[in-house]
Amino acid sequence: MRRTTPGGKGIRGREGIAGWLFVSPMIIILGLFLVIPVVMALWVSLTNWNGSVNPFQGGPGAQFVGVRNYTDLFAKDGLTRSNFMQSIGNTFWYVLFVVPLQTALALGLALLVNTKMLKAKGFFRTAFYFPSVTSSIAISTVFLFLFSSTGAVNALLGAIGLGQPNWFSDSRGLVHLLLGAVGVDNPSWAQGEVLGRTLWDWFSGPSVALTVIIFLVVWTTSGTFMLMFIAALQDLPVEVDEAAALDGTSGWQKLRHVTIPMIRPTLFLVITLGLIGTWQVFDQIYVMGKGNPDGTTLTPAYLSYQQSFGNFKYGSGAAMAFVVFAIIVVLTRIQRWALSDKDERRPLLRRRKAVTR
Amino acid sequence: MRRTPILAVALAATSALALSACGGGGGFSSNSATQNSKSGPVKLTMMIGSSGDAETAAVKEATSAWAKKTGNTVEVIAASDLGQQLGQAFASSSPPDLFYTDASKIGTYAKAGNLFAYGDQVKDAGFVDSLVQSFTYDGKFYCAPKDSSTLGLQINTDLWKKAGLTDADIPKDWAGLETVAKKLTSGNVTGLVIGNDINRSGAFMKQAGGWVVTDGKMSADAAGNLQGLQEVQKMMKDGSLKFNTQTKPAAGWGGEAFGKGLAAMTIEGNWIAGGMKDFPNIKYKTVELPAGPAGKGTLTFTNCWGIAAKSPNQAQAVELVKSLITPEQQMKFADAFGVMPSTTEGLKQFGEKYPDSKAFVDGAAYGQGPVNLAGLDEVIGKFNSQLGTMTGTSGDPKAWLSDLQKNGTAALAG
Repeated sequence: MRRTTPGGKGIRGREGIAGWLFVSPMIIILGLFLVIPVVMALWVSLTNWNGSVNPFQGGPGAQFVGVRNYTDLFAKDGLTRSNFMQSIGNTFWYVLFVVPLQTALALGLALLVNTKMLKAKGFFRTAFYFPSVTSSIAISTVFLFLFSSTGAVNALLGAIGLGQPNWFSDSRGLVHLLLGAVGVDNPSWAQGEVLGRTLWDWFSGPSVALTVIIFLVVWTTSGTFMLMFIAALQDLPVEVDEAAALDGTSGWQKLRHVTIPMIRPTLFLVITLGLIGTWQVFDQIYVMGKGNPDGTTLTPAYLSYQQSFGNFKYGSGAAMAFVVFAIIVVLTRIQRWALSDKDERRPLLRRRKAVTR
Repeated sequence: MRRTPILAVALAATSALALSACGGGGGFSSNSATQNSKSGPVKLTMMIGSSGDAETAAVKEATSAWAKKTGNTVEVIAASDLGQQLGQAFASSSPPDLFYTDASKIGTYAKAGNLFAYGDQVKDAGFVDSLVQSFTYDGKFYCAPKDSSTLGLQINTDLWKKAGLTDADIPKDWAGLETVAKKLTSGNVTGLVIGNDINRSGAFMKQAGGWVVTDGKMSADAAGNLQGLQEVQKMMKDGSLKFNTQTKPAAGWGGEAFGKGLAAMTIEGNWIAGGMKDFPNIKYKTVELPAGPAGKGTLTFTNCWGIAAKSPNQAQAVELVKSLITPEQQMKFADAFGVMPSTTEGLKQFGEKYPDSKAFVDGAAYGQGPVNLAGLDEVIGKFNSQLGTMTGTSGDPKAWLSDLQKNGTAALAG
């Protein structure tokens, strides 16, 4: 935007007013439906609002408690903290599995349907994209049947002679299972407590039940991200490909040193959207686990909902939401730093310098 | 820095909007000490968590009869998820005037100031004493019990005979239960299948003399609780008891496992009659739960007619409730969808009319109501989530109970 001259007069003097006039509908709509609710929620997170009085009038049921809701989440020993920390732990593992898997799968599918040799591209694109446009509730319900103790997945596992876990009531973590296989079970070095949970609990890995949800989400979201990768791949200039071929690169070298660096902005977009989406997972949890078994499918988004509308602790629920917001911002910042060009990389924590022309 | 003016304008504009929005919200009032009453015919809204069309129709019929007589109107809304819809409604300025309230929610709702305490106006209706206790929080009797249910032991009579058992074998104590459950277990049929939360295993805790709360204080670490859960785990280890989630295929609740023939016995309340309509080929009977080391014990479940503290029509709502808790009306509900009355007189009539349900009626005398203290919902939820993972060989009931004690004590302290 161009600054108006100090006097505001001159031939373009009224442009500013017109500009504001044109953007005002958007500002009002965004303000009304985005900024105000966020500010209101921030206020609620600083009160002990119980849902039955006006949260902005103060008094019993809506007292201002400062940052107590936030400090309680981290420092007060009790169920709220232990549930919240468990949900953070669960989601950490969930994100760690889902984001790389869905990004890799989406890129793989995109490369696949983007090859010149492939016939019936339209069909494959639709097929891969299909899970993404289906309702998450419907797909979750289908997965409930697929992974039930006598469902299709267990029938298949049984047919090839493998064990048949009781998917949705198995609370054992994958890392615990792996360690158990080599004879390590709750060793003494893992007894130290961090934020009210033992290290052993933090390193449990996703539970068997959560793994099913990881499968589901990877499968449903990779279609959307595939679409973004396809768009990026189709934008790549053919000459660079040809030049690489002339230089005698192998397929893998071309992917690693030519294609991926050129689609880095899209990669950034996909990982960012993935991070945001996974930290906010709710629908699948609501349908498939509601925290069971043994709290291993709790996520902050579900817990925040439960804390607000189930236990009428709206302040604490809102505080959880803002903590997750902070986590997402920090992770996105780190990821942006990690994906930036090495030459342009700035220190992570320092403010960016003003760009001089 | 260039963005600052835009942000500043946006903030100024939105905060102005916010101020005006807040100024407009004058519809809040949370005064439950005095009774709100509008004169003239009013429109009451009632939200129910219905078990099905039969219940919705019966409630609509009863309320419209009252409406006709008094000149008011009543709209009945069948909620798909009552707890959630009520939570959202309480946060708004106009919740439904009347609603089903589960006994386990009384503390939470009452503490948040959502309930109008009108118990004093209906306390002479002759309610069963344990039900009145269930709806009393902090010394106040909040709302009129709508119905009652207790747990009984359902026995599949065909499987019973096939296993060579007779009426003399009906279990009177835990030892008897273990014996028949073992005999009834064969192939894909498990002797006893129960739901995987405290609402079923809790009966064993009660039979061993324990319970989660005693006199408003946590008592989860009492010896009886552990003994009860250990009995469940012992039978699980024998293979004669399973949770509904552990049968193959897994069942949604004990009644489903029972109806599908995966279980020879289950522990459910009188709603089993409705559930078994889906499985007309199963012949069964209900007996009282076997006694434990501390005597007989069962669990009572109940809902009340909650009235919103924010309702402007509380006087009319109380009048409507009075018409719904007469023994005649409660028997009509019982006929329509099988719930048991909440008054001593109603229960007597019910027992005479439905002799098959005698075990349920008998249980009402010694049943334990749900935990109804504020803030314990999530604590019990956590415990249920742990209990659900129990198998014969894994799971530590002692650790879960001590968690329950610790978390519950913290929650009650505020």
